Amino acid sequence: MKCQIANAAGVKFGRYGGLFVPETLVQPLLELAEAYEQMKNSDEFHRELKNLLKNFAGRPTPLYYARNLSRVLGRKIYLKREDLVHGGAHKLNNTLGQGLVAKRMGKTRLIAETGAGQHGVATAIVGANLGFETQIYMGEVDIERQKMNVYRMQLMGAEVIPVRSGSRTLKDAINEAMRDWASSFEHTHYLLGTAAGAHPFPSMVRDFQSVIGDEARRQILEAEGRLPESIVACVGGGSNAMGIFAPFLKDRVRLLAVEAGGRGPGKTDKIADNGASLGYGTDGVLHGALTKILQDPYGQILESYSVAAGLDYPGVGPELAYLAETGRVHPMMADDKTAIRGFRALSRLEGIIPALESAHAVGYAMSEPDALGELTIVNVSGRGDKDLATVMEYENS
Amino acid sequence: MRILEAFSHSPLLIVYICSGDPSPRATPDLVRRLARAGADIIELGLPHSDPIADGPTIQAAAQRAIAAGMNTDVYFDVASVAGDAVPLVFMGYYNMVYARGLDRFAKDCACSGISGMIVPDLPPEEAAPLKDACKRHGVDLIFLAAPNTPQARLKMISEETSGFLYLVARTGVTGARSDVLQDTRDLIARVPEGVPKAVGFGISTPEQAADVIRAGADAAIVGSACVDLIAKGEIERLERLVKDMKEAITRAKGKAPIVC
Repeated sequence: MKCQIANAAGVKFGRYGGLFVPETLVQPLLELAEAYEQMKNSDEFHRELKNLLKNFAGRPTPLYYARNLSRVLGRKIYLKREDLVHGGAHKLNNTLGQGLVAKRMGKTRLIAETGAGQHGVATAIVGANLGFETQIYMGEVDIERQKMNVYRMQLMGAEVIPVRSGSRTLKDAINEAMRDWASSFEHTHYLLGTAAGAHPFPSMVRDFQSVIGDEARRQILEAEGRLPESIVACVGGGSNAMGIFAPFLKDRVRLLAVEAGGRGPGKTDKIADNGASLGYGTDGVLHGALTKILQDPYGQILESYSVAAGLDYPGVGPELAYLAETGRVHPMMADDKTAIRGFRALSRLEGIIPALESAHAVGYAMSEPDALGELTIVNVSGRGDKDLATVMEYENS
Repeated sequence: MRILEAFSHSPLLIVYICSGDPSPRATPDLVRRLARAGADIIELGLPHSDPIADGPTIQAAAQRAIAAGMNTDVYFDVASVAGDAVPLVFMGYYNMVYARGLDRFAKDCACSGISGMIVPDLPPEEAAPLKDACKRHGVDLIFLAAPNTPQARLKMISEETSGFLYLVARTGVTGARSDVLQDTRDLIARVPEGVPKAVGFGISTPEQAADVIRAGADAAIVGSACVDLIAKGEIERLERLVKDMKEAITRAKGKAPIVC
């Protein structure tokens, strides 16, 4: 009994991960872990999820050979088109999976955090479709920055709760959702949006997002008859990266995780100028897991920064922290400028406007083509419609 | 050992304050005044940027304290000069402990007169390294149990804790509330015999404090209500509240538990 947490599968990745939460949340997390373990082995669960992914989310998404970008970079570039998933980002893969888990656990209410609003929208979609009362915690600052997404969530029946504590951004929205869950767990599921946080979220979210990599693997073998030399994905918390990386972990494929370099490495007392927890962070505990985080020497969490709200997070999933440490995943960086360049280039060359988050992966690929090898897949985790105002503002400033 | 000794004179009143609020200089004097007013143990909170177990009152106090210059170095200075009228207990989040280094943190506690540590986001399963450090330096590591903690786990936590067992009166976060729930009474009754029990979260009035003592707790913990009065600068009211609470629990001791 003493080791019930330690015994559960996938709790730790090396020394990273774990379950560093207040006692009130230990039981709900263990119950979730147990329920998920059962569903993992349920054919019926997988059938239902597969059906929703296909007929509702629009999977499989194409693996598109980017002819023009390939020509410019002098190598073959394929794009995994998660921007075509219903809702405009890979986020729905996870919210559908967790929504079904919550349904089967008998929960009637979903809560979620959101930064840019993509995960909030994906949660609102699932709330409407599967019939949950849905409340989304969103920092006041982000609400101001992402009015359209707020309205989208509201249209689908979700209530958006402004978070006024702390820095009033994503990390504070997570804090608020955790506080809510500490008293509402009996009927509420906390639908965390990324492969971070306490067990079982890092492994569960990775599993639900692995559909990206499973498809990509099949598709590249079909198209090229071989595996790619590299895969490029952007990293905030790490869900799209873990999703596309996971099925390739045992292959000889370079896995390039591109973090937000923001304005650069500088930091003041309270603010980091980037979202690069793997690049600049140190070991610490945030939101229930031991991982790499941006913090001051005393352990106060810094506010992160990126032009892409979805990468604006001072932590990263524990599995990525582990894979970076073992050298299996290579942490890279693209700063704001590089991301904007990627945003414009993909729009102009291929007629695909990527999310600013995904534009970090594109921008990195364009600036370091030699790191890619002859054949590479870039994960376009979302579409960029939500970012038009941000990009216009950036270019005018 | 100082904590267990204190529990031999129960019922106890444990008072939480956020160190550094309103300023680091004010904290030692507050500690002394609270001790004079009747606090038996003082939980000295180290403010964190992301206090996930705390409600708005303590969140706000933490922000004020950090803005006023509180950090871990200052914290131990403050604890050292606060004096040893009553045992002091550290309360703070694991990342702050981890960042300093577990051994160094436990040692600094011991050297600055802090007898125990409460780390609300560190369940026993993750606590082995800190427990070792605490043992090396003679500091109690106090664990928490909640109304939704199953019986087998409650037994495990009761065995792992040292000093006392911190019972979370209700699910949710810290903050003043108006009643004491049946859940709390049940939790107190479920704790294995012989383990000193302190109940916190949501206790803000002398009646509530007396209530948990009557239900079988050895100590009542008051936090947000005090932090709130400190925020308003009403230190005399704070002293009166502590005095009234101490009187209420002393009266309550020995009386039959409330039948529900």
